[in-house]
Order: sequence, then structure tokens, then C-alpha cells
Amino acid sequence: MKLTELIQKLNLDVRSAKDSLQREVTGGYASDLLSDVLAHSKEGNLWITLQIHHNIVAVASMKDLAGIVLVNGREPEQETIEKAEAENIAIMVTEMPTFELVGRLYGLGVTGTE
Amino acid sequence: MMRKVRADLHVHTCLSPCADTQMQATAIVKQAKEVGLDMIGICDHNSAENVAAVAKAGLREGLAVIPGMEITSSEEVHILGLFNTEQDLMHLQDMVYKNLAGQNDNQVFGPQTIIDEWDRVVGTNPKLLIGATALTVEQIVEAIHRWAGLAIASHVDRERFSLIGQLGFIPEGLKLDAVEVSMASSIRQEYGYPVVTSSDAHFLEDIGKSSTCFMIEDVSVDEINKALRNEMGRRIILN
Repeated sequence: MKLTELIQKLNLDVRSAKDSLQREVTGGYASDLLSDVLAHSKEGNLWITLQIHHNIVAVASMKDLAGIVLVNGREPEQETIEKAEAENIAIMVTEMPTFELVGRLYGLGVTGTE
Repeated sequence: MMRKVRADLHVHTCLSPCADTQMQATAIVKQAKEVGLDMIGICDHNSAENVAAVAKAGLREGLAVIPGMEITSSEEVHILGLFNTEQDLMHLQDMVYKNLAGQNDNQVFGPQTIIDEWDRVVGTNPKLLIGATALTVEQIVEAIHRWAGLAIASHVDRERFSLIGQLGFIPEGLKLDAVEVSMASSIRQEYGYPVVTSSDAHFLEDIGKSSTCFMIEDVSVDEINKALRNEMGRRIILN
């Protein structure tokens, strides 16, 4: 499924890289430990986290993730948005907590294993 | 006159809810001297209210005590701040308290006992010291430097509450003075910053289990700073 469809269905707000939303999402990964995301996320994954530090952009870029969704209404730091624009990494935000968002993503066919 | 100073810069007291209740001023100083330390840093979680007690006990026994704190960032990263004076540290404590929400439940997290230099209980800290502040790692490092302290990322070779564990790698441009590793063997690893090793002791028997030797003139944060930067003959001695 394309990122743009998920954004529409889940009513996510896009905060960066609005021209990268045609990306295909291969699966999902939820974690707030960036070392763990570096180790275990897969290319094309949509990453669900509450971390807003600018290192999330570098992690998403290194792992070639489809995008990042920040939960619980958390907003990215200004530096995070700037880096995300430069690296063309889509950051989205939602008021939903992780559990709810992941459940809805799963319902839409986004899974955590291949 | 330069001399070798063995330091364990990261020791908790009974103020930290997760530390043993025996981590009291006289016991900490006695244990530190017994294991051959010349200097310790007192770094409780998000509070410095036992620094004065241990410093006075250290003065009595001839052990240098560096005023410090282990601050938890909003990303749940632990950062040590070490200061020249207790007054500098109090400025940081004010800022940390303003950015730290919640009340401690000592049944769940453990007691947060404030003591004097003779280990007498003088109070309890009610705040949720085990919690995370609303301050980012960048804001914490900047605040430590504002009050002339040294900013050291805690136990970066561990996963829990470490800068590298939480944020994947050391954020570009972060002005740390050093990184701390828990395992003595990690001290030779390349982190792009000076490396110190300390015990992060929560129990008496762990004090000095990891320590760093400095070649410095006297026991102060300024001298440690010079050693971290290899200035004026000051240096870290790898043993």
C-alpha cells in the first residue's frame, strides 16, 4: 500500500517531505529505541515512534524507511523537520497512541513480518 | 606537581530510588578509600541533595568528592554533569526540578533519602527522580556548560538509558566532554570523544569496580577537563 493511502485512511498529518508520499510501504516497525530500529527495521517499513529527536531522520534514511509516524500528538523538533526535508523523509503525526495506530495499520494490511 | 589520581566519577547514594539504602555518606567514603580511589563523583538521578553530605564526609577523610548529577533527558538518555562547585550544580538542579514531573512512590521505585555527613536522615525527596525530564540531550549539555560543568554521556556501551541505545548513535555536533563506558575494556573503543570508565555504583561493593586514572595536578573538574583534552601534560592513563 502507498504511504499516501495510509495517510488518508488514518487521517495522519504530514510534517515533512510532502513529495515523497507515493512511496510503497512494505511493512511496519514500532520501537522507541533507535539502536533497535537500526538493527531490526526493514527497507520500506513505516516506523512508529514517540522519539522526536533529529536522530530519527538519520535512522530512517540509513535504513531507507518509507516514513516515520510520531504518536500521542508529539511534534517533531524544528531541527528534525529541517533534516527530514533535506533527506526527503516523510514525518507524520497522529493523536493516536502506538497501540491504536499499530492495530489500525495491521487492519489495513500492514504487517510486522515478511 | 602532577600525580596519578584514580577516580570513580559516577557513584549513586541512597537518594537515588534504585540505589541501596546503605549508600550513605560515611559508608561510601570508607569503601572508596578502601578500594584505593582518590576521587569520586556523586551523581544521583535528577537530584544533588546528597552531594553536600558526601563532600563533607570526604573532606573529613581526605577523599575528593566532585559535585554531580545524572540527568535523564526527554529521550530517556542519561547524561552526567560534573561541577567545580556545589553552587553551580544547584543552578542545574533548579532547572531539572522545573522540568521533572511526578511524585515518587517509594513502595514501587524505592526510597529517596536525604542524609547529612554523619548519615543521619534529614529528609526525603518527594519528586519522581527515576522519571525523565522534559529537557532534550542538547538542552542538558548546554545547561551543564552554562554553569561550567563537564557533560559526559553515561554508560554508552549499555542499551538501557544510554545515548547510543536510545538515539542509535551520538547526535552530530553534540558538545560532550567525554563518554562514559561501564566495562573497563570498552575504554579503548573509538567514540569520537574522550572515554572514561566508572562504576555507576548503586551498591557499596560496586564502588571503584570501574575507574579512570588521570595524571593531573590537583583534584578538580578543571583538571579533569584538561586531562580529557590532553592539555598541559594532563592526560588519562590507560592501565
